[in-house]
Amino acid sequence: MLNVFRSKPKYVTVKRSEVEQRKELPDNLWTRCDHCSQMLYNKELEKEMFVCRCGHHFRLSASQRLNMIADEGSFAPFAPLYAADPLNFPGYPEKIQAAQQLTGLDDAVLIGEAKVFDTPVILGVIDFAFIGGSMGSVVGEQLTRGFETAVDKKLPVVIFSGGGGGARMHEGIFSLMQMAKTAQAVGRHSRAGLLFISVLTHPTMGGIYASFASLGDIILAEPGALIGFAGPRIVEETTRQKLPPGFQTAEFALEHGMIDMLVKRPQMRAAIGRLLRYHQRGGRK
Amino acid sequence: MTQVFEWERPLVELEQRIADLHRFVADHGIDCEKELAELEHRAERLRKDIYENLTPFQRVMMARHPKRPTALDYISMLLDEFDEFHGDRTYRDDGAIVGGVGTFEGTPVTVIGPQKGRDTKENLARNFGLPHPEGYRKALRLMKQAEKFGRPIITFIDVVGAYPGIQAEERGQGLVIAQCIEEMSFIRTPILCIITGEGGSGGALAIGVGDRILMLEHAWYSVISPEMCATILWRDSARAPQAAELLRLTPADLLKFGIIDDVITEPIGGAHRDHAIMGQQMRAFIRRYLAEICKVPVDRLVEERLARFRAIGKFTTERMPIDA
Repeated sequence: MLNVFRSKPKYVTVKRSEVEQRKELPDNLWTRCDHCSQMLYNKELEKEMFVCRCGHHFRLSASQRLNMIADEGSFAPFAPLYAADPLNFPGYPEKIQAAQQLTGLDDAVLIGEAKVFDTPVILGVIDFAFIGGSMGSVVGEQLTRGFETAVDKKLPVVIFSGGGGGARMHEGIFSLMQMAKTAQAVGRHSRAGLLFISVLTHPTMGGIYASFASLGDIILAEPGALIGFAGPRIVEETTRQKLPPGFQTAEFALEHGMIDMLVKRPQMRAAIGRLLRYHQRGGRK
Repeated sequence: MTQVFEWERPLVELEQRIADLHRFVADHGIDCEKELAELEHRAERLRKDIYENLTPFQRVMMARHPKRPTALDYISMLLDEFDEFHGDRTYRDDGAIVGGVGTFEGTPVTVIGPQKGRDTKENLARNFGLPHPEGYRKALRLMKQAEKFGRPIITFIDVVGAYPGIQAEERGQGLVIAQCIEEMSFIRTPILCIITGEGGSGGALAIGVGDRILMLEHAWYSVISPEMCATILWRDSARAPQAAELLRLTPADLLKFGIIDDVITEPIGGAHRDHAIMGQQMRAFIRRYLAEICKVPVDRLVEERLARFRAIGKFTTERMPIDA
């Protein structure tokens, strides 16, 4: 049938010069938004805390995150720990080494003492770029030490979880047990009457979501972050159902009562500052 | 007819021949004692050969045998009396986890365990033993109840994982597993955990934090199922047998790693071959370990429970060397 409404051809003409120009764009100047496909000037993007005009929050490295949250120069990291290979899992040492080179981190968590608006806290950030931000023995141990230090010094804890990998497969049962270890560390900290703010960033899944990250007194999330237990593909394959729109997003978690607040990245530092202030003692005379 | 694994077939055929010969002897009164003894001897050697050399994945298959005793089987074999309690008091009763109160040799105990079905109808009702969040909430509720009344808790663990479903996610599957793990760690009553079949990741750990952790001979416990591991590594779930080797998920491995305390031997050929013998064996282990943990003052029990998990993890203060 003749489509009378379509008077113009479907294609558009692209000037030759435009194509060539696009090709010549150096990789480190522009970034394409995964969400809206807009090209964003990197300097501009950095100024906007890596949030696109469409609202999409880009993934951050641990140090980028730290710089956005901690008072300048206040962060003192814990002594480094390195992964062992308890199962002699093929390729694991190489994977660790590649991740270390890629991220400059010892393992998937960067954690230490810091100040946020002059309030001392234990601040930890999980970096997705390090084997999917997965939790093996090192991440479990460092987080546990974080909560233990916080108990000793009576400090609040703030953890940014962006661990799409959940528990790290390459360390098998040892990774699984880190879920118990970290949950117990939160439990001891909590029973000491101290505050834990858990911030879920994209993506927080599996064994990370099903342990310490879910146990915050206050749970925040960045908009659009994927949050859940089973990966969306597994859910789709198991149930053979079409996933509802927005399934396992931070907005979905908020709607279903699993988190306290959505906080956009530019407001995150201020929000954490406020929450810390609410919990400072000595307010009541 | 019980499901027979490929690797058992020579043995099953031999056992069949022995049974036939027995019947022949009985029917005709012919003396075949020598032949029978010879066959029995061969069967014995074959049994030893097969079951002492199971590969990790063969063990996984044994753990999944449809006739393997379930939580309710152990409850009916081992408890003097039992009442099943239902519901999470929030949403619904999840048939994939059963629990309740009964007495074990006169002592009141709370028992909790995932429950697989025996046939399609029961499996549908029990969601193939894959719990939803409300199942874990029920488990947690019953544990808190046990704590209040100072009853020891026994968990029978056989679950491939928490259910990866849309509604399960909506109702906080990850969150409730975290809550279970955390609360169970601090519960002020003795907890005995027994992995009877599959110990699949967080869904198993959610009811697996205890003062003693035991495991059946043909059970597995791991951070991920061999199939999923194979899919991640090679995009091919058919290579699960290879993944099972890598994951070190057998009782022998886990005993060596200090994750579990003891291994409960099964009747030869697996628990599914003789529930009664399995039950007797289980009873002896529960009696021993329950007595052990019930003697410990509860403050110390919880401290030791926490210390046990606190110590798990392998790391160094030096970078891992890469073998050239």
